[in-house]
Order: sequence, then structure tokens, then C-alpha cells
Amino acid sequence: MAQKIESSLKNMVISLLVITLVAGLSLGFVQQVTKDPIANAKQQKEIEAISAVVPEFNNNPLEQPIPAIIFIDEVTSPVVYTAKKDSIVVGYAVLATSSGFGGDVRVMVGFTPDGKIYNTSVVSHQETPGLGDKMTTEKFRAQFLGFDCKTQKARVKKDGGDIDALTAATISSRAFCAAINKAYRAFCYVTKDESGLDAESGATKHN
Amino acid sequence: MADIKNLTRGIIKENPIFVLLLGMCPTLGVTTSGTNGLGMGLATMFVLVLSNCFISLLKNVIPDKVRIPAFIVIIASFVTIVQLLMEAYVPFLYEQLGLYIPLIVVNCIILGRAEAFASKNGLVDSLFDGIGMGLGFTLALTLLGLVRELLGAGTAFGFNLFGIFGIQEPKMMLVFILPPGAFLVLAYLICLIKK
Repeated sequence: MAQKIESSLKNMVISLLVITLVAGLSLGFVQQVTKDPIANAKQQKEIEAISAVVPEFNNNPLEQPIPAIIFIDEVTSPVVYTAKKDSIVVGYAVLATSSGFGGDVRVMVGFTPDGKIYNTSVVSHQETPGLGDKMTTEKFRAQFLGFDCKTQKARVKKDGGDIDALTAATISSRAFCAAINKAYRAFCYVTKDESGLDAESGATKHN
Repeated sequence: MADIKNLTRGIIKENPIFVLLLGMCPTLGVTTSGTNGLGMGLATMFVLVLSNCFISLLKNVIPDKVRIPAFIVIIASFVTIVQLLMEAYVPFLYEQLGLYIPLIVVNCIILGRAEAFASKNGLVDSLFDGIGMGLGFTLALTLLGLVRELLGAGTAFGFNLFGIFGIQEPKMMLVFILPPGAFLVLAYLICLIKK
């Protein structure tokens, strides 16, 4: 067995240098290898979230995301994805972020072109397990199926809205409603914009 | 020469969680379900085995005075590799474990085994030690996660056990999924194992 090398300055510098160099190179290599799968996995997840909230479509909504910058001071603006089937718009999926009890709540909200909510899906959240995380359940989200932000208020009943809050998780429920409202504003912003560009389908759009 | 004791020791007799009480941060933090515990255990085991092997091989070319920085660089590299691989191939688990993956770097089991075992023993012994300790850690985390999941949500690895009796949403003791439950379950498990 080789003798352990002495702790001289030269030895220390050389050994640390070699170790960090090899570590750095191998990390670079792994990063190269995993770059594409990571990007694919993220894209796959977004596509899945979009498919869950809008009617069937056959374009790639990720190709043309529209950032809806309504408030300049907002850190994360909602992003609108347009779902089309045979070039006809079947719905809009809006990814909106709001602050919940334990951090950001990111909700994908799907609208049909007439402005009603088609479905919702929580993309990520850090709410309390067993309380706030029930916002992902079918039971809570069912309240938003076919929800019309024009006539109904996406607020919890405590705040004078139409939504039953989750038991012991009012803050999480409020965050969810806030995301819905943000998404609706983004939807209005984008559809108005599009009706100017595309007069033919503009008739069905919300003004 | 290689000793089979090095392999079995970590599983029960010197179990890193129940006996050595090392690495409590991921233990209490991620074990909200059996799947999370298992995933965290396997990720840690991967890092532990590889870092043990490399440190054992390199022990003679690492001068004593800089051994800790050298060990940390080796460990951190493997952790980053695990992190990238998980993000690429098991994004679901990666999201669940989140911050705890990079924290494997500072898991005292890994540095502890590097310092106490791998830097003094040969490759095969260190490999066995890594596998044994890793298995012990995985076992402990899975058990802890499973008990908490069962008591807190009524499921095991996401499967609703009460569905057999036709109960779709069992009312369980939520506290076991919350942080206090981690301490309670850990305490009772240690109590049972040490009796």
C-alpha cells in the first residue's frame, strides 16, 4: 500500500486542484447529458397541465406563450397559452401565480373562448399537507367548473364571494381565488388584444 | 480483507437513524410519505456508496490537512449528479423532495462515514459500508414515512388502504404528516427498536 502523502503546501494545492478539476469536468459532462431530458420533462409537465384545463387541441401551445404583463410591479406575470384545434381557438390556458400560506401557488386555469372556466389544475404549491394542499382535490376545484368571472365572484364566502373555502385553510383558498382572478384578467387582456388582430373570430371573444 | 460485517452492521446494529441518530434533518423533513422516504433514502445511498468508494481510493493522495474540503468537493459533486439525474428522469420525485436533495451534501452520515470509515479502510470494505449504511438509512426513512403516511393519510405508498372497506376519504390523524408527527413517530420507532 502506498504511503500517505505529506501535508506540504505543494501537495495540498495539487491534490485539491486535481480533485476540483475532475469534479468540475464531470459535473459539466453530466449537465450536458441531462440538459435535454430536463427540458423535455418540464415541457411535458406543462403540456399535461394545459391538456388538463382546456378542451382537446392539436397545436403546441408552448410555441407561443403570451406574457400578460398587467401590473409592472408583479414579479411573476401570468402567461397565456393558446390551445387550437385545426387552427380554431378552443381555449386559453393561463398560468397564474399567487402567494399562499407556504409560498407561491401556481395554478393553470383553462378558459373557453367565451370566458368561462373550463377546468383548473394546481401546477405547484407548498401548502400545508392535509389542509391547504386539499386545493388540488377534485372536490374543491369542482366549484370552478364552468365558473363565469363576469357574473360570479371568485372569492371565498367569508370575503363576500361564491367559493366555499377549504376547512382550516382560508389563506390557501384565498390564494387559489387570487390566482383565478389574475388568470381571468390575463385572459381578458389577451383576448382583447387578439380580437384586434383577428377580426373574424373576434366576435366570440370577450370584450 | 472484506468483511461481511461491514455490510450488515449499518442495517440494524448501527442503523444511522435509529441507533446513531445521524442525519435528522432529511429524516424529519421528507418522510411525509413512504415514497418520499424511499426516494430520499435511495438518493442518499447512491451518494454514500460512490463517495465512500472514491474517498477510499483517493485516501492516500489527499493530504490530511485538506481532507475535509476534498471530501466535501467529492460528496457535493455526486449530490449534484444525483440532483440532475433525478430532475431529468424522475421529475415527480424531484419536485417532492425539492430542497432536501442539495442538502444531502451536509448530511452528516455521508461525511461521517467518509471521515470515520472510508478514509481508513480499503475499497471493498468502504463499498460494503456504504451499501449497508445506505440500506439502513433507506429502510429507516421508508419505515418512518410509511407509518406517518398510514396514520396521517390512511394510505401506503399512495394506495388508499381504506378503499378496501369502501371509504374513499378516511379521516385520519393529520398531525402525523405535519412536523410534530415526525418527532413522535421517530421517538416511538427508536423506543421499539431499542427496547
